[in-house]
Amino acid sequence: MNLIDNALGVHAQALGLRSKRMEVLARNIANADTPHFKAKDIDFRTVLKQTREDALNSTHNLHMNMPMEESVLGEKYRMPFNASFDGNTVEMNVEQAKFGQVAADYQTTLNILENRVSGIRRALRGD
Amino acid sequence: MSLDRIFNIAGSAMNAQTTRMNTTASNLANAGTVTGKENEAFRAKRTVFKTILEQQQKPHEQGFAGGVRIEKISDDPSPIRKMSEPGNPMADKDGYVYLANVNEMTEMVEMMAAARSYQNNVEVVNTTRQMLMRTIDIIKT
Repeated sequence: MNLIDNALGVHAQALGLRSKRMEVLARNIANADTPHFKAKDIDFRTVLKQTREDALNSTHNLHMNMPMEESVLGEKYRMPFNASFDGNTVEMNVEQAKFGQVAADYQTTLNILENRVSGIRRALRGD
Repeated sequence: MSLDRIFNIAGSAMNAQTTRMNTTASNLANAGTVTGKENEAFRAKRTVFKTILEQQQKPHEQGFAGGVRIEKISDDPSPIRKMSEPGNPMADKDGYVYLANVNEMTEMVEMMAAARSYQNNVEVVNTTRQMLMRTIDIIKT
């Protein structure tokens, strides 16, 4: 188990975080017409740093920290470029751009994971 | 898992936009109606959206946190116009009929906005589906 965890590195967690960010952005897009809705986003750097610190602060190998997917840390309100009349801060173009970006990020992480997994597979097969 | 929650969120938004489109269609269909009493005249309907919050989820909204629900459908407050049309069988004793307060231009804009928002959510579903499929493909490599 440890071997596989080591081989996958931070990317397994990163994938979870990317999908979490996709969810936050999907929520923004879904609420584009909801009055008083405030758009949110996840700061990748903050969450990654927090996770690293958690890992370093654990006193025992078997102590596990909470899965990243369920945590809401790093979720921040977005500052809109133009305030809207009904108090909604979703700017559709920004959201679409960010959504496209996070989709690409997700694919990148997925590619890395794919390579790692096929590496492990090859090592196990031994050919 | 986050990815399949996205389907619920986008789905609820598409549902809300469909209702909005529906009210627009109803408004446009009733744009030409006249009545003999002011309080009976047709008033344009407006949908009011609300975010589904985790703490305020109803039983049937399980897993839809962050999505949209229709909070209420309210009447447009703009005034009812009256028109002198003594020949109309609906006219009151002074010869006036009361028109629906539907503005066709506003309704068209509303319809386009609803369609656009719907499209955005379809796009979100499409992208998410692709991501999910690719993630499942890892097992196959």
